[in-house]
Parts: sequence; structure tokens; C-alpha cells
Amino acid sequence: MNIDVGAIFQIAGIGIIIAMIHTVLKQMGKEDMAHWVTVIGFVVVLFMVVRLLNDLFQEIKTIFLFQ
Amino acid sequence: MEMIQMVGLGLIATVLVLIVREQKPMFAFLITTFTGIAIFLFLIGKIEAVIQVLEDLALRSGIQLVYLKTILKIIGIAYIAEFGAQIVKDAGQESIASKIELAGKVLIMVLAIPIISIIIETVIQLLPA
Repeated sequence: MNIDVGAIFQIAGIGIIIAMIHTVLKQMGKEDMAHWVTVIGFVVVLFMVVRLLNDLFQEIKTIFLFQ
Repeated sequence: MEMIQMVGLGLIATVLVLIVREQKPMFAFLITTFTGIAIFLFLIGKIEAVIQVLEDLALRSGIQLVYLKTILKIIGIAYIAEFGAQIVKDAGQESIASKIELAGKVLIMVLAIPIISIIIETVIQLLPA
């Protein structure tokens, strides 16, 4: 089972970039835009995490005989 | 060396979490969760081998398969409950974490009840009437 370490860096990168965009938009005076950007970035990362969580649960179900 | 890989993964994830937490705490939480899931996914491949050995032993020694299935389910519930509770505890929700642990305990007890009743019946049969 190889782990995709790159995904962790991806998540961290998305977080930092979203923080930058948030700051820039706030400086431009578009507070609501900044919040939407944060929410969208969060949802994107959440999808990655949830997909991996689904893999984990399927694996557990098959190994520990939950049928 | 897989152990070194695990430690390196943990250290890198910790540094990333520390960096990101300054800006966005939500992303730090997601990194933590992702790392936990990744390590668990790695470990579950190893656990699978151990469990196959256990199944083999149980088949050879002629133990009823129901017992083995129950034990495996209990182990699975324990792992999942521990995992979920730790993640929720990391996010700062102690009370929800303790509820998850409570749910794990209750579900394990429900699974164990058939075995307990079989034990009690056996003991009652052993007793002189």
C-alpha cells in the first residue's frame, strides 16, 4: 500500500495559497469574495480527505468481515 | 525501512500543520486527518496479513467460524472508534469524542452478547442439576 505523500503537500499548498488570496482580496476591500474563496478551497480539500476516508472504510469493511 | 517512512511522514505533516495553522486552522485540521488516514491505510495492509494467519489457524483448529467473525468485527470496531475519536479530539471536541468511544463500547458489547450467552449456557450445563 503506497501512500500518496504528495497529497499532503497539495493540501498544505492549497491552504497557504487560499490564505494569500484571502489576504489580497481583503486588502482590496472585497470581504465577501474572500470568504467565498476560503469556503471553496475548504470544500475542494474536504473532497480529497473524504475520498481517502471512503477508501479506508471500504478497506476496513472488507478486511474485518463487515458484510 | 517502513518505520522511517512513517516517522518522516509524521514529521513533515506536523511541520505543515504548524505552518498552515497560523493562516487557516481548518486546513491544518484537514492535513491532520489526511495524514492519519494515510498512515492507517498503510497499516491496514499489514493487519490484513496477520488476520489471514489468524483465519488459517482458526480453520485448522476447527473453531467455529462465528467466533472468529465476531472477534474480527470487534477489533474493527475498536480501531474505527479509536481513530474517529482521536481525530475529533484533535479538533477540540472532547465531548463528541467521548460519545464516539461510548458508541464503540456499546456496539462491541452488543456483538459480544451471543458469545457471553453461549458461555453462560455451557456453565449452566456443567453445573449439577
